[in-house]
Amino acid sequence: MKVTLQNLTKKFPSRSKKNPSEVIAVSDFNFEIPDGKLIGLLGPSGCGKSTTLSLICGLLKPTSGKIFFGDDDVTNLPPENRGVGMVFQNYALYPHLTVKQNITFPLENLRGKDKLTKQEMADKAFEAAKMVQIEELMDRKPSELSGGQQQRVAIARALVKMPRVLLLDEPLSNLDARLRLATREEIRRIQRETGITTIFVTHDQEEAMSISDLIVVMKDGVVQQIGKPQEVYNDPCNLFVAKFLGTPPVNVFEGRIESGKLMIGSSVIAETDSEDKAVTVAIRPEAFMPDDNGCLECELERVEVMGRDISILAKHEECISSALRAIIRAETEVDTEKSTVRFSLNKRKVYAFDKESEERIEVR
Amino acid sequence: MEKNNRKAWLYLLPAIAFLVIFMVYPLIDVIIYSFEEGYTFASQTKTGVGFGNFGDVLRDPYFLQALKNTFILVLITVPLSTALALLISLGISSINKVRNLFQTVYFLPYVTNTLAVGLVFMILFDKTEHTEGLVNVIIRLFGGSSVDFIDGPYWAKILVLSVYTIWIVLPFKILLLTSALASVKQDYYNAAMIDNTPKWRVFTKITLPMISPTLFYLVITGFIGAFKAYSDAVALFGTDLNAAEMNTVVGYIYTKLYGEGGGSPALASAAAIILFMIVLTVTVINLLVSRKHVHY
Repeated sequence: MKVTLQNLTKKFPSRSKKNPSEVIAVSDFNFEIPDGKLIGLLGPSGCGKSTTLSLICGLLKPTSGKIFFGDDDVTNLPPENRGVGMVFQNYALYPHLTVKQNITFPLENLRGKDKLTKQEMADKAFEAAKMVQIEELMDRKPSELSGGQQQRVAIARALVKMPRVLLLDEPLSNLDARLRLATREEIRRIQRETGITTIFVTHDQEEAMSISDLIVVMKDGVVQQIGKPQEVYNDPCNLFVAKFLGTPPVNVFEGRIESGKLMIGSSVIAETDSEDKAVTVAIRPEAFMPDDNGCLECELERVEVMGRDISILAKHEECISSALRAIIRAETEVDTEKSTVRFSLNKRKVYAFDKESEERIEVR
Repeated sequence: MEKNNRKAWLYLLPAIAFLVIFMVYPLIDVIIYSFEEGYTFASQTKTGVGFGNFGDVLRDPYFLQALKNTFILVLITVPLSTALALLISLGISSINKVRNLFQTVYFLPYVTNTLAVGLVFMILFDKTEHTEGLVNVIIRLFGGSSVDFIDGPYWAKILVLSVYTIWIVLPFKILLLTSALASVKQDYYNAAMIDNTPKWRVFTKITLPMISPTLFYLVITGFIGAFKAYSDAVALFGTDLNAAEMNTVVGYIYTKLYGEGGGSPALASAAAIILFMIVLTVTVINLLVSRKHVHY
């Protein structure tokens, strides 16, 4: 099912008397979500990603704008008539019902021509349980399950009625690190198998990048960039997106453009067609290569060997991130005796941004 | 280890002493009294030891009347007050604007003195030479004939007593149920809504099980409280409850203790033990039933 968001806007009335202006949670969101894809809504807390999800499932009404499922305008449909499945952040499993009763709960609500017999319900529930591999746990209560198992039950409950769209709100945030890795693969697999258009919300960029077909980066209710994870990572449209994606984070420098040259301090980093002005330069950690003839000289602080690669912590007076970190391949020799290190840069991972608007400036 | 044990007992001593003096000893005393036949405060002697007191009490028409009244009261007021409290709590929970006002209004009876409330009920129900009482005025208005609720027929008196009891116990139940309802997470309702769950099913399958511990607590304490009712009847019908046919078991125990020629602690104790057995039985039945229906 293709999902289209058209000028979607949600404003909340102000709660405080001191500041009567309304809060804009989602502002003019336009996006056509292709059928059968896994979409990650990504952003820091308070950016409107959960509000967007609530708008799509119908728990909130948009202030303006429209939502289409396929060609149906569902903007004014209540959630129960939209045919969405939702997995809540805390799973919202009914604690007094067994796993099986939880999964059959949505089926028991079907009336009229869709009404199922007991046997059909049991079959469908078993099918959904099998999909998330919890068929042995059918008679347990949610309190007798681990966090990961509860998560699976919640997914099974959302899938059992074959929703047109599956929505997941911070699906992995209550799981420990190892389980998070396994479960995100699981979500990807289930989504592939069912082919249901799936939208999930997360504040964890790694999570979003690893399994999404497309990611949507949001900030303060405004969509910053939409695209394939690798594209957004390699080609951020503004400073926020560049900073938000990537671990370790991008290194940010004060810089300037002087007669077609991008400079950090006195070093020439790249060339550009842009006019002269002060800019912010962001360089991905993996763009650095130790090179005695390199363009950027930094003060060497220490070297951390991680096995697969080496991380060089350095200092530069124009650097405004908390730490300057370069990631290089483990076999590269680094002379730790010297007090400085010179880097040459992979220019495809060097980005310049306007100081005021923080918009991207092309460099080469 | 030995030393620690002694220390522990030392620390426990004040509490244990208190419990023994004020709870265990009187309890044992009551049991002993109940088997001492013919013992009264006046005579200070007993004629024998045995189950005679229980026989006397169970044959006493006043006791049987009190037992009947108590059972009727329990059977009417416990289910009705709990159901009514649940209904009102659901109402309070579903409004947003003047919720606090309603909560306060419904809680007022709880902080009002029982006897003062009795006075209000007199104004509502009592029929004197000067006035018929507000309820009778209303009955007249709809073309009925007036009823003497305080000195009149048995069913009228039971009705007033039941209304009064329900009115008295309602606030506490409403208070607990509204907070229980508020503690059910909105996510459950959202999940149910997305799954197109009909309202009635949301109530029976989600709301009720979620608040079942509170409901169960209210039913148990409601039963125990109703079995021990006394002051309500006094507030409405005065202290001579036997004459008014409105005595309760606790009222009967009271009249046996302090009435009739110095009082008969033996008979009062026997009645108290009978009441205790009844309350215990009902509570055990409650607990057994609850195992299946209460979800903690």
